[in-house]
Amino acid sequence: MKLKYLSAPYIVWMALFVVAPVIIVVVYAFTSAAGEFTFDNFAKMGGYVSVFSRSFLLAIISTAICIIIGYPVAYILSKERARQQRILIMLIMLPMWMNFLLRTYAWMSILENTGLLNRLLTLLGLPAVNIINTPTAIVIGMVYNFLPFMILPIYSVIVKIDRSLIEAAQDLGANAVTVFRRVIFPLSLPGVFSGITMVFVPAVSTFVISQLLGGGANMLLGDLIEMQFLGAAYNPHLGSAIALVMMVIVMICMWLMNKFGAGGEEAVML
Amino acid sequence: MRRRPRVASRIFLALIYLFLYAPIFIMIVFSFNASKSRSVWSGFTLDWYTELFSDSMIISSLTTTIGVSVIAAIVATIAGTFAAIGFFNMRKRWRSPLLAINNIPVMNADIVTGVSLCLLFVSLGSVLKYQLGFGTLLIAHITFNIPYVILSVLPKLRQMDRNLVDAAMDLGCTWFQAFYKVIIPEIMPGIINGMMIAFTMSIDDFVISYFTAGSKVQTLSMTIYAMTRMRISPKINAVSTLLFLFILLLLIIINVRQIRQEEREKKLRTLKSK
Repeated sequence: MKLKYLSAPYIVWMALFVVAPVIIVVVYAFTSAAGEFTFDNFAKMGGYVSVFSRSFLLAIISTAICIIIGYPVAYILSKERARQQRILIMLIMLPMWMNFLLRTYAWMSILENTGLLNRLLTLLGLPAVNIINTPTAIVIGMVYNFLPFMILPIYSVIVKIDRSLIEAAQDLGANAVTVFRRVIFPLSLPGVFSGITMVFVPAVSTFVISQLLGGGANMLLGDLIEMQFLGAAYNPHLGSAIALVMMVIVMICMWLMNKFGAGGEEAVML
Repeated sequence: MRRRPRVASRIFLALIYLFLYAPIFIMIVFSFNASKSRSVWSGFTLDWYTELFSDSMIISSLTTTIGVSVIAAIVATIAGTFAAIGFFNMRKRWRSPLLAINNIPVMNADIVTGVSLCLLFVSLGSVLKYQLGFGTLLIAHITFNIPYVILSVLPKLRQMDRNLVDAAMDLGCTWFQAFYKVIIPEIMPGIINGMMIAFTMSIDDFVISYFTAGSKVQTLSMTIYAMTRMRISPKINAVSTLLFLFILLLLIIINVRQIRQEEREKKLRTLKSK
């Protein structure tokens, strides 16, 4: 069968534009500006411990909130009638396809000090709150942008659960809580794991959300990388080293996902 | 018996949809606001929409975005379909590692894909005397689009009856005829779906474009980013309203197609069972 040779052009393309860039990042990460082998770039990261810890903390909090909100949403959606389910799922996906800069910008006008939220609070006679340019604003932005990535994979796993398993549990005397705890929840875990990956990776690497909602004071890993390539602190070697760390994080997430056997990507695509 | 959701869960669901749609709704409302304020309503106007179409920066970035998205989606669809058919016909020993590499741009954080391509283009550019611009932007978009096409074509190939190809060739088809008369029509829904995903991915992308377009070319996302940094006019709301309506339309088309296709399949199944 000659059909397998049809992929040859893409294999060449992948070598050039997928594999080669990764290799270049690795080379940059382990060399100095003079081109000598060094671990310096990784040592320099020590100076940015606060950025690393803030990035991870905010991404973990956002991922946790997404699970707490997203799991019940996915579960409730799976119990709706088939026709309504289709519409409701489409409505979950719709904001995802709207430019994410614009969605984040919309939150800016809600959260800023003279923004809509504070006007509403004053109208109700409540004290105004200062959210914009704080970590809270970043978390709100992350949850808002990435919540659909948690809901969709969990939903797609729950709807595929074999109903006869649930009926068997009920026949054997399990009540609703036990059925959920012993049957539905364990079977839905692959969806939860792919949801975690799909929320955590973009959350830990964002630089737009932190710049728009966090002000300048709450720098994240994404901002740090961006600064090394396009910003004032031009140093692609340090930037590559941080990017490499991020790649390793993604690889760990991928490995975890494979281990728990989830098909996350297909869930997000229509 | 399946239990229907109760009142409490309905309210919870309504609140979530409110959370998801309130910002979008606010954006749309304020695109018609007479003053520049983002939170005080001062009368209805269509000025921002007319100004939008006379803003040369927005128009040129819109042309770039549509140009790069259309070309990238078409190239990625063709290349991705060929690649998927090729992968499908390989032994697992070869297919698995290649699919893993194919997944790298999908799984990686956008910023990592962006900076790694940026480094490649800059180091190649210094050798080939070429600067970042539309060409590099296009290559980057094709590169992150192809994996999505492959991921949506492969399942259709798996669903296909493998005997069809053998039957066609037994009946005298060359492998090329078998390819375009049997395989392509069978996997068409996956190809169209992949193209739609590729197109929306390209339209929506900001981060990868930001690192690969250089300073001379701007996509719409990059212009929006520049605008948000300057905290300026409601033109940005007008852009987003138009984009939202466009995407809504696209999604409705995709869904109607899907429903029709499912109904056709259902009919076929009932016909077969008779």
